[in-house]
Amino acid sequence: MEFDFQYAWRILPALLDGVVVTLEATLCGIAIAIVGGLVLAIVRLSRQPILSTLAVWYMEFFRLTPLLVQLFFIFYVLPQYGIRLNGFVCGVIGLGLYYSAYTSEVFRAAIEKIPRGQWEASTALNYSRGATWRRIILPQTPPIVVPVLANYTIGMFKESALLATITVNELLGTALKEASVTFRYLETITLVGLLYGVMSISASLAAQNLETYFEKRR
Amino acid sequence: MLLSWPQWEFLLRGMMVTLGVALLAFPMALLVAFFAGLSLLSRLWVVRMIATTYIEIFRGTSALVQIFFVFFVLPLFDIELPPIVAGVLALGMNFGAYGAHIVRSTIQSVDRGQWEVASALNMPRALAMRRIILPQAIIVMIPLFGNEFIRILKATALLSVVTVPELTFSGKILVGHTGLPGAVYSAVLIIYFATSFPLAMSVRWLEARIQSRFGVVSTHAREG
Repeated sequence: MEFDFQYAWRILPALLDGVVVTLEATLCGIAIAIVGGLVLAIVRLSRQPILSTLAVWYMEFFRLTPLLVQLFFIFYVLPQYGIRLNGFVCGVIGLGLYYSAYTSEVFRAAIEKIPRGQWEASTALNYSRGATWRRIILPQTPPIVVPVLANYTIGMFKESALLATITVNELLGTALKEASVTFRYLETITLVGLLYGVMSISASLAAQNLETYFEKRR
Repeated sequence: MLLSWPQWEFLLRGMMVTLGVALLAFPMALLVAFFAGLSLLSRLWVVRMIATTYIEIFRGTSALVQIFFVFFVLPLFDIELPPIVAGVLALGMNFGAYGAHIVRSTIQSVDRGQWEVASALNMPRALAMRRIILPQAIIVMIPLFGNEFIRILKATALLSVVTVPELTFSGKILVGHTGLPGAVYSAVLIIYFATSFPLAMSVRWLEARIQSRFGVVSTHAREG
C-alpha cells in the first residue's frame, strides 16, 4: 500500500472544513462546560444540603460513565420525547455536560484556596452572600483556573472526535465519510491524526506558556 | 426497568467483554507506561527523544482516531488483527503514553537525597532505582493507576465502533432489536456506573490509606 500524496492533497480542503466544525464544537462545548462547571461548583459549596448532594451525584455519574454512551443517550433518546436536535447540537451539549463534571472540580479547588478570612471580612463589611461571590470570590479565580481550563479545552478538542459517531461531519467524521467511498483509509486516517496532533501539540505548548505567565503574576 | 431479564442478561454479557478488554488493556498500558516513563528519565538523549515522540504522538491524537488507525490502516499492510486485539493494542498504547508521565513524575517526586545517599553507598544507578527509588514511587503510583484503570474501562466503549461486542455495542444491537433507546441506554449507563463507582470509591480509600500511612500525596493533573 503506497501513500498517495496527490489523493491526500485533494482531500485536504474537505478535512480542513472538518477542522472548522471540530473547533466550533470545542468552543461551544467548553463554553457550556465553563458555565456548567461554575454553577455546579457554587451549588456544591452552597448551604443547601439537597442541592449540594445532587451536584456531587451529577459529577460522579458523568465522570464515571463513557462520554460515547452519554452522546448516544442525548442523540437517540431525546427525539423520542419530541426534542429534535441535530447531531452537532447534541454533541456540543454532551461534551459540555460531561466536561462540566470535570471543570466544576477545578472551580471548587480554586474557590477553596481563597482564605476563609475573606468570607468573614465580607460579612463584617455587610456584603450579601451573592455580592461576596460576585465581587470578592469569583474575580480571584481566573489565575488558578485558566491554565487548567486550557488543558481541558485541548482534551475536549481531541475527544470531540466522538461526535463522528452521531453523524457530525467534524474532522474524523468527514474523513470516515470520504474513506467509505474511496477505501483509502491510509491517507485519510493518517491526515486526521496529523491534523489533530499538530494542533493539539502546539496548543499544549501555548497552554504551558499561559501557565508560566499566570504563575509569575500570582 | 422496562427491559426484560434476558435483555439485561444480554447487556451483562457485554459487560463481561468490557471487563475482559479492560483487564487485557490495563497490563499492556502498565508495561508501556513503565517502559516509556523510565526512558524519559534515561541519561541518553536518543532514548528520551524516542520516548517523547511516542508519547506526544499518542497523547496528541484521540484514542478513537488511533482505534480507527489500527483497525483500518494496519490491514492495508497485511497486518490483520481480530477487532478485540486491535482494540486492546490501541488502548494499551494510548493509555501507556499517559501512564508514562505518571511513572516519570512519581519517580521524580522521590526526594533527591535518596539518590545521593545511594550513590554515597556505592550503589549502581540501576540498583538504586530498583531497590530504593521505585518502591517508594510505586506506592504513590497505585491510586493514580487505579484511576487510569477506570478511564480504560470507560474508553473500551470506543471499541463499539469497530464491532467489539462489549457493553456499548451490545446496547446498540439491543436498540436495533427493541427500538427502545431510552430504556437500553439507561441500562447501559447504569451498568457502567455500577461497575466504576465501587472502583472509584476503592481508589479514593486506597489513596487516603496511603496518604495516612506513608504521608505522601499523589497529585497528577490529567485532562478529561
